[in-house]
Amino acid sequence: MIDKKTIEHIAKLSRLSVTEAEAQTFSDQLTKALDHFKKISELDTEGVEPLVTPSEIESIWREDVFIKMNTTEELMSNAPEKVGNLFKVPPVV
Amino acid sequence: MDLNKATYAELNQQLQAKKISAAEVAKFFLEKTNRLNGKLNAFISVNENVVREAEVVDQKIAKGETIGALAGVPFAIKDLLCTKGIKTTAASKILSNFIPPYDATVVRRLKESGAVVLGKTNLDEFAMGSSNETSAFGPVKNPWNIEYVPGGSSGGSASAQAARMVMGSIGTDTGGSIRQPSNFCGIVGVKPTYGRVSRYGIVAYASSLDQAGPMVSSVSDAATVLDAICGKDTLDMTTAHLPKTEFNKNLNPNIKGIKVGLIKEYFSTSGIQPEVMAAVEKAKDNLKNLGAEFVEISIPLTEYAVPIYYLIAASECSSNLSRYDGVKYGYRANFKSLSDLSLDEFYSQTRGQGFGTEVKRRIMLGTYCLSSGYYDAYYRKACQVRRLLREQFNEAFKVCDVILSPVTTSPAFKIGSRIYDPLTMYLNDIFTVSTNLSGLPGMSLPFSFSKEGLPLGIQLTGAHFKEQLMLNVALALEETTEQKGRFAYVS
Repeated sequence: MIDKKTIEHIAKLSRLSVTEAEAQTFSDQLTKALDHFKKISELDTEGVEPLVTPSEIESIWREDVFIKMNTTEELMSNAPEKVGNLFKVPPVV
Repeated sequence: MDLNKATYAELNQQLQAKKISAAEVAKFFLEKTNRLNGKLNAFISVNENVVREAEVVDQKIAKGETIGALAGVPFAIKDLLCTKGIKTTAASKILSNFIPPYDATVVRRLKESGAVVLGKTNLDEFAMGSSNETSAFGPVKNPWNIEYVPGGSSGGSASAQAARMVMGSIGTDTGGSIRQPSNFCGIVGVKPTYGRVSRYGIVAYASSLDQAGPMVSSVSDAATVLDAICGKDTLDMTTAHLPKTEFNKNLNPNIKGIKVGLIKEYFSTSGIQPEVMAAVEKAKDNLKNLGAEFVEISIPLTEYAVPIYYLIAASECSSNLSRYDGVKYGYRANFKSLSDLSLDEFYSQTRGQGFGTEVKRRIMLGTYCLSSGYYDAYYRKACQVRRLLREQFNEAFKVCDVILSPVTTSPAFKIGSRIYDPLTMYLNDIFTVSTNLSGLPGMSLPFSFSKEGLPLGIQLTGAHFKEQLMLNVALALEETTEQKGRFAYVS
């Protein structure tokens, strides 16, 4: 059961502001979805290694060479607020 | 040459013979897109420079230089793939003003083969949806009947291609997002094996499931696009080290003796509409006439595929989408002053306003599944079942070469008819999600029509990296379909 209090907790962890009405709707919908998804608990998976990606990833060695892909101006061009080459944000300390 | 029907091979030949110019082709499709888009809402951005960009192809031809297999082919790119200098929104308010400074590898490779980008297509927000109704830019319409959804999440690409506003389109498929809309719109859609196509520059939804692929008008065109976009990319470590593909060159409709698997659990799934089963039965007959053999296979975990898909996809999405914070790019909530604002408030207002409802729902679900106390029961457990599911498919492919199945339980449904109930919408993905979970290649092939005149396709699934066989079966079957030579009509 994902009650409204749980929704508020998850919303906080997700850094998402949700309204009262949204919290109620999400509570109903996620409870219903998880009730259905929970049926995986009936399966025996003792000792099974979790599969987190379908590809067989190998480590690949390459020369450590410098490649310039974008300019600072290009990378800064989408900033919502900036001062020179710095992103403007609220106080962090 | 009728541009509404021409294949890439026909266009290439006409361009080289100087019977038509790439600029004329681009102009034709740009004009058609601008005329139809108001009705279908398939595009979020249209590249008005496309004609000028096509002239580069004409200059090459004039100089006698060689041109690529996709020379002058106008493409619609799902607005989830970064395009240098062209807005890339993921159909979300949070990226509504984002202009990438680089091209996704898929886009770069299409351009290297001579293709031109005509525009960026609408989708479900961040590719989360099966009906293209969650887009911040409004729903897309199905060109066969504009009261119906085109499917999702690559609904704009499917609609644009079915209406031939372009000659080719690109979609991405995380749980069926290429195959399901291709099925609803009557086009050929291929999700390659995980690791075939670079995900570099594609806005990430669920990284272990996402794969881009062609949504086009014929099997041979699909093979040509795959040859252009597949291959190792140093910018995506999941791409496989394999020789360059030659799918188009190796296309062969002789499928005598090929073993086609039928998953018995799929045929006992509740809620499949009879006309969907009838299409699969007819496809079976046609394949039999072409010399294919049939074998019954079993994937006992089928009923768990949708649960593990949503648990894993939501978990990965909650992690991937944490990057949208209003700092370096994208939407930022309107604050009077930053100086007395807490960082948490800054993030949660920005994200709360920037994301739509379905995206929030999945971020919340994923955050819950990954949170302390629930991780083992949901995310980890789902990944364990995922391994068992992949093993069941590996076993099945020991006795068959390709799997034939429906794509969806029904043809396209009416806009607004299912959006109210997320779980019901999720359960419709029953036939497509296992392919992504197991990393297999799969495709949707147009086949027949429903009694309402909507396209009905069939799905083919191949073993890992065995796209050629799957494409060959599709090529043979394509010739026998009721849909062959019939196109959506929109005026």
